[in-house]
Amino acid sequence: MNASVNSGGVVETPARRPFKMPVEAGIFLVLVAIALAFEALGWMVRGESFLGNSQRLVIIVLQVSIIGLLAIGVTQVIITSGVDLSSGSVLALSAMVAASLAQTSDNARAVFPMLTDLPAVVPVIAGVLVGALAGVVNGGLVAVTGIPPFIATLGMMVTARGLARYYTHGQPISRLSEDFTWIGAGATPVIVFLVTALIFHVALRYTRYGKFTYAIGANAQAARVSGINIGRHLIVVYGIAGLLAGLGGVMTAARSATGQAGMGMGYELDAIAAVVIGGTSLTGGVGRITGTVIGTVILGVMTSGFTFVGIDAYVQDIVKGLIIVAAVTADQYRMRRRKKA
Amino acid sequence: MAVTALGMMTPPSVSTHAPPYLLEVDSVRKEFPGVVALDSVCLRIRPGTVHALMGENGAGKSTLMKIIAGIYTPDQGMIRLRGEPCRLTSPLDALEAGIAMIHQELNLMSFMTIAENIWIRREPLNRFGLVDHAELRRRTRDLFRRLKIDLDPDQAVGELTVAGRQMVEIAKAVSYDSDVLIMDEPTSALTDREVAHLFAIVEDLRSRGKAIIYITHKMNEVFEIADDISIFRDGRHILTDAASNLTRDKLINLMVGREITQMFPKGESKIGEVVLSVENLALEGVFSNVSFELRAGEILGIAGLVGSGRTNVAEAIFGMTPATAGTIRIDGKPVRVDSPKTAMAHKLALLTEDRKETGLFLMLSVLENMELAALTDRYVQGGFVAQSELNGICATMKNTLRVKTPHLQECIENLSGGNQQKVLIARWLMTQPRVLILDEPTRGIDVGAKAEIHRLISDLAAQGMAIIMISSELPEILGMSDRVMVMHEGRVTGTVDRADADQVTIMRLASG
Repeated sequence: MNASVNSGGVVETPARRPFKMPVEAGIFLVLVAIALAFEALGWMVRGESFLGNSQRLVIIVLQVSIIGLLAIGVTQVIITSGVDLSSGSVLALSAMVAASLAQTSDNARAVFPMLTDLPAVVPVIAGVLVGALAGVVNGGLVAVTGIPPFIATLGMMVTARGLARYYTHGQPISRLSEDFTWIGAGATPVIVFLVTALIFHVALRYTRYGKFTYAIGANAQAARVSGINIGRHLIVVYGIAGLLAGLGGVMTAARSATGQAGMGMGYELDAIAAVVIGGTSLTGGVGRITGTVIGTVILGVMTSGFTFVGIDAYVQDIVKGLIIVAAVTADQYRMRRRKKA
Repeated sequence: MAVTALGMMTPPSVSTHAPPYLLEVDSVRKEFPGVVALDSVCLRIRPGTVHALMGENGAGKSTLMKIIAGIYTPDQGMIRLRGEPCRLTSPLDALEAGIAMIHQELNLMSFMTIAENIWIRREPLNRFGLVDHAELRRRTRDLFRRLKIDLDPDQAVGELTVAGRQMVEIAKAVSYDSDVLIMDEPTSALTDREVAHLFAIVEDLRSRGKAIIYITHKMNEVFEIADDISIFRDGRHILTDAASNLTRDKLINLMVGREITQMFPKGESKIGEVVLSVENLALEGVFSNVSFELRAGEILGIAGLVGSGRTNVAEAIFGMTPATAGTIRIDGKPVRVDSPKTAMAHKLALLTEDRKETGLFLMLSVLENMELAALTDRYVQGGFVAQSELNGICATMKNTLRVKTPHLQECIENLSGGNQQKVLIARWLMTQPRVLILDEPTRGIDVGAKAEIHRLISDLAAQGMAIIMISSELPEILGMSDRVMVMHEGRVTGTVDRADADQVTIMRLASG
């Protein structure tokens, strides 16, 4: 029987779709499978449990929470059918700026000797704003000049890294105030990551901002005809991605109590990997934050698991690469099957 | 094997042993998840004939053609070519067996030249094993001479008009010397002259003993060109008969399986105040001096050949490509429209000509497609979408417009063309426009949905909406419009009242 009978005895035809497994269920199963594989390997190789260690579970997420933060921004950019290659470099630039404004006065060689012992809120806001500004430049380039997002953000990737180095001529920035370093201590990055994920999960699903983001990725022309100011919206989306990279920079600087121009090297690709593993399609219009969170955790489980069972770092990269390709292949099959249906 | 002299000289296709049918489709069945697209379909095509396939969207014509062209493989049943069973598992198989398909969505590489596109995979090589461009050009010229196509083989395909590209597709199919040619709505983007040219080519092919399978929605074309007509409905083959045994009305009834009393029912509506007036509107190099007034409750038809500037006028009024000169007034007040967003703020709406390019979000759901335009100025509070309210309105829209979909969450790609079009109309109605511009509202839509959309347009006018309707179908223009404005090469050549409008007058104005 397709029709359901309600309490009044009136037969009502189903207006909602029949229950379907969410896309994330598949990715979640992959996560569980990988975790269980390491559990088994753990008992075999080391004779102890991989998952039965609450401290390890926190570390799994902790070590990828900065990448996860970037990935939340990148997810939104990819949904608009763009891409952001600059997040790792923007993170470094923001970390440098934040660190330079978080130094204590007992430092003889502070970057800004006049600006020491500032309240922690100053470096935090400065770092986040620098990131947002870089993102707005990315979005502006894409929206105004029409150059492909790949090129625009590639340019920003190189430029922001250069700026980060130029800022102190390659010197690391150290002796940061305790008020500031507290931000990155303990499990705060995990909390920041999960709260940010929740905010943008809600934003994508329940706000106009989200609806417009999907629409632009699904068909930019049709979105424009439907009255969406595409340029302005893209600037906001890339701006948010930059802002989150900036936040990632602040967290990184606070956690390590330094600012270094080499921070976040290669993070942009890890972030994209997390997004893609999470089921967001590079063709745009499709994707969810929940998938990205699971994708991020998969990356974390793999890193921890490989180390736990003692697999060579080089082999880790080989396997990671294979998993990314496998995820996109699975995505292609899903798209093709949906098309034929 | 003994071969007689006679047998050697006679090609098998005309030998006395040849079967009467070039292509036979025998009890073919094809299922997609949840849908039976074709159910024990049989079809037989004679050589030297044009065989038209007709049916509403979703009747199974395109699926059947894709099976014949090797794009899909059937779940059951078989295909016989020249009496021999054959199994086609790819478009390449089909091409090599002598079956070529001219696609509805054109499949050409825009940055390559015409010659390169036609002979792709079969390029003539010189003695160094490199592509011999002189020979390539010569072959293309020979082919074009035979088909009377006037195009430069070295031109990039991307620079051609849609009609030009269509000609290249046809030339490519002919170049394979295929025995069976499948044409899926080949004339939907062609002007009358180009259609005549296409028909001349089809005649030529027919006289050479080729079989042409011709899918179309246009009645006049069918009776002009087809020898045999097969009708499909809901994945079933209903009937095949000689075109001379069928009439237009009979055809329509067989296609929809029900009586359609009136095709173009523009009802009574009270014509009110002038809502939109356009004065000397121009877009440099495209159109100029376009002026007209549009009143509440009125339907203004815009007729003209493809390329006459009709669509450009609509896009200028709606701000997609803002006009370079002239004034647009709403309620007598001049307004500046520089983007669709500002046009919508002035309560304008435009249903664009190309559903796929500028209308649909194919990967999104029916609901997401329907609600989007309304979100620009309502149903949003503090950035949050009032989803439950919207769901209710969309459900009402779905029922009022009779959109056939299992639920609002369905991916819009799975709906038929007519239902997709209804969703797009619903999208605009939800913005509560005062002026609704419809560009080819029924293109590529089956007869049943067409009549429903006509009734809907008429109802909207009766409720006082001011409507502009652009259409290439004269009966539609004549049946629906209160006034008809005719354009030719970017100029308005005349405006005719409903009482004085007939096909001859309008065609004369449209051809300058």
